[in-house]
Amino acid sequence: MSADHATTNAPDSAPRRDFLILTAQAMGAVGGAALVWPLIDSMNPSADVLAMASTEVDISAIAEGQEIKVVWRGKPVFIRHRTAKNIEEAKAVDVTTLRDPEPDSARVQKGKEQWLIMVGVCTHLGCIPLGGQAGDFGGWFCPCHGSAYDSSGRIRKGPAPKNLAIPPYTFTSDTKIKIG
Amino acid sequence: MAHAPQEEQPGTKGWIEYRLPVFSMLNDSLVTYPTPRNLNYFWNFGSIAGLCLVAQILTGIFLAMHYAANTGLAFDSVEHIMRDVNYGWLMRYMHAVGASMFFMVTYTHIFRGLYYGSYKRPRELLWFIGIIILLIMMATAFMGYVLPWGQMSFWGATVITSLFGAFPLVGDAVTTFLWGGFSVDDPTLNRFFALHFLLPFVLIGVVVIHLVALHQHGSNNPTGLDAKGPQDKIPFHPYYTTKDFFGFGVFFMIYAALVFFAPNYLGDPVNYMPADPMVTPAHIVPEWYFLPFYAMLRAITFDIPLWIVGLLVIGLSLKLRYPDVVRAMLGNSGILGAVASFLPKKAWGWSCLAPLLSVGFILVITGFAGAFIPSKLAGVLTMFGSILLLFALPWLDTSPVRSSNYRPIYKWLFWVLVVDAIVLGYCGSKPPEGIFPLVSLIGTGYYFAHFLVILPLLGKIEKTLPLPASIAAAVTKKA
Repeated sequence: MSADHATTNAPDSAPRRDFLILTAQAMGAVGGAALVWPLIDSMNPSADVLAMASTEVDISAIAEGQEIKVVWRGKPVFIRHRTAKNIEEAKAVDVTTLRDPEPDSARVQKGKEQWLIMVGVCTHLGCIPLGGQAGDFGGWFCPCHGSAYDSSGRIRKGPAPKNLAIPPYTFTSDTKIKIG
Repeated sequence: MAHAPQEEQPGTKGWIEYRLPVFSMLNDSLVTYPTPRNLNYFWNFGSIAGLCLVAQILTGIFLAMHYAANTGLAFDSVEHIMRDVNYGWLMRYMHAVGASMFFMVTYTHIFRGLYYGSYKRPRELLWFIGIIILLIMMATAFMGYVLPWGQMSFWGATVITSLFGAFPLVGDAVTTFLWGGFSVDDPTLNRFFALHFLLPFVLIGVVVIHLVALHQHGSNNPTGLDAKGPQDKIPFHPYYTTKDFFGFGVFFMIYAALVFFAPNYLGDPVNYMPADPMVTPAHIVPEWYFLPFYAMLRAITFDIPLWIVGLLVIGLSLKLRYPDVVRAMLGNSGILGAVASFLPKKAWGWSCLAPLLSVGFILVITGFAGAFIPSKLAGVLTMFGSILLLFALPWLDTSPVRSSNYRPIYKWLFWVLVVDAIVLGYCGSKPPEGIFPLVSLIGTGYYFAHFLVILPLLGKIEKTLPLPASIAAAVTKKA
């Protein structure tokens, strides 16, 4: 027994003690992280917020040249029934000159080119751009810091870095869309 | 602070003191605490800032008893406080005006520190803790402003939380996390209320640390000299308790004048419209105390190509590799000589510089391929950088003299910086059109130049005035 004590307390048992301290500390760190993660994740969108994440819209009443604003995930979504002139202008732009290069075809669904559906939130700092062919490019104009978007919702002038975002949406019929 | 246990004294006070040294601690920090004998009225602002914190917590707790943190109820509950709750109008106006007073006092306190060099050795950590207090104050004020759920509350919250979206890769996830959803909404309001309630108490803790750091070396003073002996100091009580209370009186008069005669003077009338997520106000502005920072945020309206950053990095590495060549080019007199004094004495080896150089080349190559720092991110970095820069101030200011009273050039540059801050604030309050974007850009450039270029060089070339022999000598000579 006394011989046992002598070996465990001898200086050469230090690695054993270091090992115990390190593993205990590591377990403490893992335990701490396991406790903190639920607290942090609780601040992410909750199940009901995620469940409210899609919206259905009847677009039959929107005449050519008109535009409506609907709410999706607490944000406005612009739905514009574009005129032939709008589409023509959007297609005529040289894509390489754009800050966020995207052809018009990438921003609408094939065969539904007249419907432009975008999240109505300025990509600069989140204001809502004004519609009704506002700005110098027949599209939208953000009154906060002066960003102008064209008839395809692409950034053309001002501080915004990106084009207006296109939400995921599907045509459930010719007159109905489901956003989200 | 800490006392070795002494013999128990008779009486209740002695009984308590023997077990909890509260009386000796109060005595040491508020009564006998030796304080420089020459403090002027600018040294009142620290204690007044403490008073502001107490006033905000006191009024805030009673407001919280009537407020409802719910997007459907918040705006109406604030109107309920204003109209129906007994003295609710008084508590709310005291709280809203109190926030402005808190910032006025704190900014004066900070500029006092800048003028008298209070951030210099050995008070660097005291200064750091002060900056942390400022950051917590700003977060608290921002979240508090969201609570009434008016138009400016909502859109201010949207603009500021969207700033975090500027960071590459993680930006969107961070904003969704901050919002607890896909836009500023009920979860956002709720957490802002919880944090707005919590942070002032965190602030108390940090203020206590600020005071511990302060009492370690004691207050700086208008001469900037270290105290050399008992003749330089006087006890805190009655001298500075009286002076502080006088300051409190003046402070309360201004505070009361605003609360009772112009409670909405510093506020934005648009915030008396309920929040509407579908309509952006024509002109979003923060409260006055954030305007200079808002101007800096909006000042950067252009993308910054990465190759410029890359060339700067390569230039820096070459300077470190060939300091003697650069030194010979600069000469050793005047401003260029001061620049040269920052070159390392010994040339760095290639092996140390390799990582720096490779970063430089990668930046240049990606930059020529079209990569850039988008203007939005650059604006955000500029705004946060303007405060984080203050952490480096104790080392950026190379002058060994603390007080501006003995720095004939810095004294004027200090006031130029004050004017610069006011000009930036004015630009921040204006729509970003006409000459204001240009003025904001110049003002922002000057702000950074003041700290990053002027201060390091000035310390090397400025001829300071002769310092008095001691605090006591400076004071008695005047009389």
